[in-house]
Amino acid sequence: MTLSDILALFFNPEIAAKTSGFLVDGLWMTLLLCLVVIPVGALGGLAVAVLAALNRRWLNVLLVIYVDVFRALPPLVLLVFVYNVPPFAGYRISEFEAVVIAFLLNTSSYYGEIFRAGIESIGRGQWEAARSTGLGWWQTMGWVVLPQAVRNVLPDLVSNTLEVAKLTSIASVIALHELMFAARSAQQLTFNYTPLMLATLIYFVLLWPVVHLLSRLEHRRIAAG
Amino acid sequence: MLAASGMTTESRPILDVRGLRKSFGSTEVLKGIDFRLAPRELAFIIGPSGSGKSTFLRCCNRLEEPSGGSIHVDGTDIMAPGVDINAVRRHIGMVFQSFNLYPHMTALGNVTLALRLAAHIPRAEAVDLGRTALARVGLADKERAYPGELSGGQQQRVAIARALALEPRIVLFDEPTSALDPELVGSVLQVMRDLREAGMTMLVVSHELQFARAAADRVVFMEGGVIVEEGPPAQIFGDPQHARTREFVARIDGHH
Amino acid sequence: MDRFLFTFFNAEVMAEYLPNILSGMWVTTYLAAFVIVTGLSLGLVLAVLRSALSQKMPAPLSWLTGALRLSLIFYVDLMRSVPPLVLIVLFYYGLPALGLDIAGLGATWLALSLVLSAFAEEIYWAGLISVARGQWEAARSTGLSFLQTLIYVILPQAVRLAIPPLTNRTIAITKGTALGQVVAVQEILYQAYSGLSFSYNPSPLTLGALAYLALFLPIVIVGRWIETRFAWRR
Repeated sequence: MTLSDILALFFNPEIAAKTSGFLVDGLWMTLLLCLVVIPVGALGGLAVAVLAALNRRWLNVLLVIYVDVFRALPPLVLLVFVYNVPPFAGYRISEFEAVVIAFLLNTSSYYGEIFRAGIESIGRGQWEAARSTGLGWWQTMGWVVLPQAVRNVLPDLVSNTLEVAKLTSIASVIALHELMFAARSAQQLTFNYTPLMLATLIYFVLLWPVVHLLSRLEHRRIAAG
Repeated sequence: MLAASGMTTESRPILDVRGLRKSFGSTEVLKGIDFRLAPRELAFIIGPSGSGKSTFLRCCNRLEEPSGGSIHVDGTDIMAPGVDINAVRRHIGMVFQSFNLYPHMTALGNVTLALRLAAHIPRAEAVDLGRTALARVGLADKERAYPGELSGGQQQRVAIARALALEPRIVLFDEPTSALDPELVGSVLQVMRDLREAGMTMLVVSHELQFARAAADRVVFMEGGVIVEEGPPAQIFGDPQHARTREFVARIDGHH
Repeated sequence: MDRFLFTFFNAEVMAEYLPNILSGMWVTTYLAAFVIVTGLSLGLVLAVLRSALSQKMPAPLSWLTGALRLSLIFYVDLMRSVPPLVLIVLFYYGLPALGLDIAGLGATWLALSLVLSAFAEEIYWAGLISVARGQWEAARSTGLSFLQTLIYVILPQAVRLAIPPLTNRTIAITKGTALGQVVAVQEILYQAYSGLSFSYNPSPLTLGALAYLALFLPIVIVGRWIETRFAWRR
């Protein structure tokens, strides 16, 4: 196999031009998915963490089981399950709905663990100071504890968000027309790997700034001791 | 006047520094240091922060790479190309302000690591040497303790034992008591006094002027990257020749 | 209720597909084990290499080490920003086209190992640079070489710092073995999915989910324990 064969198979400008429109359609869906799935998962996680901070024994047991079960199940398994099983019980479910539900279950567990670590990093002194000035529990949580907690775990939040963005690619398995699905369809239509290389490039260009930001946040955290 | 005082003429100096320069980027921290230290001599370096005294000390075993000049330790040119710096460093002990003990090893482990890895001494023999070194600093009973279980003074004494175990020709002390609570300083100074009795050659950067008065052969005052004045403690503290030395000694003494 | 049980926990269907799921569990287990071994060790090698390449060097040599260091960082960033599924599919179709015949199992192993190595490198590296500079200086001042200092003094401390984040990341990436389903690796999800299509009953999928829980729930719980054990012990 010569170099020009490889170039024609993996870096083919003609194929790239022909399929780029298709890929861009997929890219929009990927962005839309991120826009929906990330806030939903983060809010779900926040709810899990705040409920855990209430420190009710049985509630905490339930929350730990919820978090650990959905961290133990691979997201793809969850997605396949959520998409394929409800029809047997008589519920029709769209691909998009399936992705949102599966991602809510999976990512809220991860976000929940991160927010919980953040809340636990705030010392008793902050609670006591706020409560001594007459703030209620929820006011203290919302105005005093959470802002500091989020700042303390910001690198982990960004890191998890990056993972969620990459994870949207598994929606291709249930044929939701996002970037990865578009790339695979284009590959199968053209018998050429250029669309896959293009998708790789798009993911990299899109997410590399986040990776870079993460490295900087992490190194700043180390420098601060 | 710079070199002569306190040096015996018949013996070769242990440490022989000539024209030492060191720059960080465009700032010159050491501007030509000439300094010699005779066997069994204890010299104290004092000076305001930023005077270059710690950098000078760290150049003597090339933890900082000098920008110019020459350094001989016990006759070996430590800046010669191709010199085995690791072999050289075994014979130059160093004690740090922040102890820098290895937190994942016991006191004995800290002391024996370089004996085994750098000096290639068999384990059993290294353990014996390590125990002897710990006994010398009065910590024979702490060989199994981890640094986290020791007081600051004990940690610093383990660090001194780590340097001593390698039988160095000279020990460099970089502010050995600055990180200690006042009540723990005494035990470390006592170990240094014992070392002096035993004839160890020592170069000490420190603010313990009481100790310098009592134990040092020579006191060196540095400022702005040069040696301003040096002489016996009685001269530096009692009758300094330079106005800058006078000011510095008066200010430091006021704090003690 | 009977209907619910019949549909989702159909004993007959479950019994029929249990052997398949069990063989899927075996595939998942050894695939995961291989990924962990290659990913974590490659990551450690890369971190040590990066540490060596970050040493001060004289001028002509420093250009070479600088270039190598930048390409190492580029590799790590690339593997961290591209979804593992994309890499698996790319290797599965692309490598045979280059004459490297790699089955779905090989493609999944390779992709997940590379991704894990990149994350592990970052975590080890963060551990390495959080070990105080004084540790390097103390060890070097007693005559230990760069490599001896790294192996006996710095790495043990760095690995300890790295263990909690490394555990979590390893679990997350190991679960990616389920992505092998897409390239016909006969692991749990693949077996469960084909069971679903053959029996037209979701019970195999339920069984598959239970199999994943059996494999990964203990690991997640151990990970939680490790996190509390090693946390805030800097």
